Amino acid sequence: MSDIEQFRQETRAWLEENCPVAMREPVRGFDDLYNGGRNPEIDHPDQKVWCDRMAERGWTVPHWPKEYGGGGLDQEELKVLREEMRRITARSPLDSFGISMLGPALLHFGTEEQKLEHLPRIVRGEIRWCQGYSEPNAGSDLASLATRADDQGDHYLINGQKVWTSYADKSDWIFCLVRTDNSGSKHEGISFILFDMDQPGVEARPIKLISGSSPFCETFFDNARAEKKNLIGEEGKGWTIAKYLLTHEREMISSFGAPPKKSVGQMAVESFGADTSGRLANSILRPTIARYQLDTLAFGATMARVGDEAKAGQGLGAASSIFKYYGTELNKRRNELNLAVGGEVALGWEGEAYRDGVISRDWLRSKGNSIEGGTSEVQLNIVAKRVLGLPDA
Amino acid sequence: MALVLNEEQMMLKESAAGFLTQKATVAHLRALRDSADERGCSDDVWQEMVQMGWAGIAIAEEFGGLGYGYTGLGLVLEQVGRNLSASPLQSTVLVSATLIAELGSGSQKEQWLSPIAAGEKRVSLALQEGRHHAPEQTAARAVADGDDYLLSGAKVLVLDASLADAYIVIARTAGEAGDSRGLTAFLVAAESAGIVLSRSSLVDSRNVGTLTLQDVRVPAAQVLGEVGGAWQGLSRTLDIANVGLASELLGLSTEAFERTVAYLRERKQFGRVIGSFQGLQHRSAELFAELELARSIVLQALQAIDSGDEQLPLLASAAKAKLCEVAQRATNEAIQMHGGIGMTDEHEIGFFIKRARVVQHTFGDYNYHLDRFAQLSGF
Repeated sequence: MSDIEQFRQETRAWLEENCPVAMREPVRGFDDLYNGGRNPEIDHPDQKVWCDRMAERGWTVPHWPKEYGGGGLDQEELKVLREEMRRITARSPLDSFGISMLGPALLHFGTEEQKLEHLPRIVRGEIRWCQGYSEPNAGSDLASLATRADDQGDHYLINGQKVWTSYADKSDWIFCLVRTDNSGSKHEGISFILFDMDQPGVEARPIKLISGSSPFCETFFDNARAEKKNLIGEEGKGWTIAKYLLTHEREMISSFGAPPKKSVGQMAVESFGADTSGRLANSILRPTIARYQLDTLAFGATMARVGDEAKAGQGLGAASSIFKYYGTELNKRRNELNLAVGGEVALGWEGEAYRDGVISRDWLRSKGNSIEGGTSEVQLNIVAKRVLGLPDA
Repeated sequence: MALVLNEEQMMLKESAAGFLTQKATVAHLRALRDSADERGCSDDVWQEMVQMGWAGIAIAEEFGGLGYGYTGLGLVLEQVGRNLSASPLQSTVLVSATLIAELGSGSQKEQWLSPIAAGEKRVSLALQEGRHHAPEQTAARAVADGDDYLLSGAKVLVLDASLADAYIVIARTAGEAGDSRGLTAFLVAAESAGIVLSRSSLVDSRNVGTLTLQDVRVPAAQVLGEVGGAWQGLSRTLDIANVGLASELLGLSTEAFERTVAYLRERKQFGRVIGSFQGLQHRSAELFAELELARSIVLQALQAIDSGDEQLPLLASAAKAKLCEVAQRATNEAIQMHGGIGMTDEHEIGFFIKRARVVQHTFGDYNYHLDRFAQLSGF
C-alpha cells in the first residue's frame, strides 16, 4: 500500500472513532462555528471535544508546521484529510481570525520566539483573536490611523480608538495597527502589535447593525499596555504586514457569496410559476435572474481558473485583484433578488413564519460586504492603478 | 479538467498571434474593404493558415486533420478576433467541418473533411432565413423527386458565400416551421442550377451573401445524416460555433479594451492624462473584471466541447451571452473613451465595434442565448 493510501485509511479510521455524531451535522450559519477562546461560546458540548481532539493532532490547522502545533501535512495529505472529513460531513473543528489572519502574518513576519509563543495556542483554540485596523477617521484611508503607541522602555502605552473590530467583546487578544511615529509620511510610523484585551485600559462596545446583529465593536484604549516582545516586524514597518493581511481578508470576504444549493431561478419558479414552455412567469424579473446566474457561473470559473493557473506555476494572475470587488457585488445582487423573489416573506424581521427574518437580515448584512476590507471603490482604484497602469490624479 | 492552458496550447496561441499581427491585421482588413475586394479576404494568407494546420486543427487525424480539438481552434480564433483577421476559418473550419463530422457518413467525411483540412475545399452553412437566428423556424423546403431532392427557399447571412465550393443547406423535409424535427442537411455544390447568390454588404465589410434556391436538384446521396434528423447534429454544431464565435469576441473585446487603456494613458486634457480621472478609471476597472469573467467562461466552454461534457448546451449559451454583453460594453466604451477620434473612419477602433455586432448576431445574439441559458437552467 502506498504511503498516501495508508494515510487515508488511518485518517478514515481515526475520524470515524473521534468525530462526535453531533459534529457531522452541517452548520446552519456563522453562529454554529466554534471559535475557541478563554471563555468559548458553546452551543453543543461536543464542539469543544471535537476541537480538542483535532488540536491534539494539529489538525485544527493541518497545514501549519508541526513545531508550531500544526499538523505538518503536505498538499497531498491535506487533500486526503479534507476528502475524508467531507465523507462523513465533519464540521470544521475551529474557525478563528487566529487561523485565517494572524497565523499567516506570524508565519511570514514573526520571530521564532513569537511563533512558538502564539501559534500553538491558536491551534489549540485557547486564545480568540480580533483585528484592530479601522478607526473612526481611518476607513478606506486606513493609513491615516491615529491610535498612538508610546515607547515606555520594555512596553508601549496604547491610546486611541478602533472601530469595526470584529467580535472584540468576545476576544482575548488583539492584533492591532498603531502609530509609533508621526514624523514621516502616513504609511511610515505604523506598527503591528499584539496585546491582551483583558486589562483595565481596554473597553469593547458592540455596535448594532442595520441587520440587527452585533458582530462588530468600537474598541477604546486608555493607557493599555502592550509588551515590546509582541511587536511583529520592525517598529514603523507595520504597513507591509497590514497590506499582506488585507489580501487574506479580501479573499475571505469574496468567498461569502458561494451559491446555495437551490438557484434563484428555481426559487423564482416556485414563487411565480412557469408558462407552458417552462419559462418563469415573470418576464421582467427573468433576465435579471439569468444575468445574475450567468455572472455567478463565470465568476466561479474565474476563481477556478486563477487557482489552476497558480497550481500550474503560471503565477497569481491579475484576475485575482477583482475577486473582492466582484464577489461582494454578486452577493448583493443575490440578496436583492432574494427580496424580489420572496416578496412579503422576505421582508419579515421576526417570527416563525419569517424564520426570524433570515432573508431580510442577510440582505442587510450583505450591504457591508462591499464596504468592509476595502470598499468596492477602493478595489476599483487598485485595479485601475496596479493592473491597468493608469496614473494617480 | 484544470481551467488552464498547457504549454502546447500557449505555444499555439503565441504562434497564432505572431502570424496574424504580421499578415492579417486591421490595416489589411481596411485595404480589402477599400478596394471592394469581392473575396473579402486574402487567398495567400489563407494558404499560409492551411500550411500551419489551422484548417484541420479540430478535424480528426484519420481525415487529415491535426486532431487538436476545439480548445486549440478557440485559441486561434481569439487571435483572429484581436486582429480582425478575415479568412474562411469560421465558415469552413469552425462551422461546416464540424457539421460534416457530426452528421456525415464515413465516406462523406472522407470526401469533404480531408480536402477541407488540406485547404482545397471551402464550405459554408446556409441556415438563417429571417431577421433573427431561429433554426427551428426553417421554412426552406426539400421535396423528394425520384432519387433526388428539389430545394427551394431563401437564406441570409451565408458566411464567405462567394468563396464556397459547396453549401450545407438546412431545409425542411417534414413538419412545419417551429418543429425541430423534419430538418435535413444537404451538401449542395455551389454551381448547382437554381442557386442565385448575391453578395450582401454588411457593416463589417466581410464576405457574406444571400442565397435564393429555386428547385435546386440535389442527389439523395448528398444528404448529411438522416433525412429529417439533422437537428441533433445541427444543434451541437451551433453550440460549438457559438463557443468559437465567443472566442473571437473575447479576442476582439480584449484588443479594443487594451487599445482604449493605452489611449487613456497618453491623451491629455485639462493638463493631465485623462486616464488619471476616476470616472474613467472605475469604468475601465469594471470592464477589466468583466473581461476576466469572459475569458474564464470561454475556456470552460471550449473544454466542455473537447471533453464531451453534457453541459455543453448551457455552457455554450452562457459563453455566447456573456461575450455578447462584454463585447458590446467594451466596444461602446472604446468609442466613448476615444472621444472624437473614435468616430473617425481613419482611426482603427471603429472596425472593432462593426465586427463585434456582426459576430454577436451570428447564430443567436445576447437575447437569444440569455433566454436559452435561463431555459436550460430550469426557469
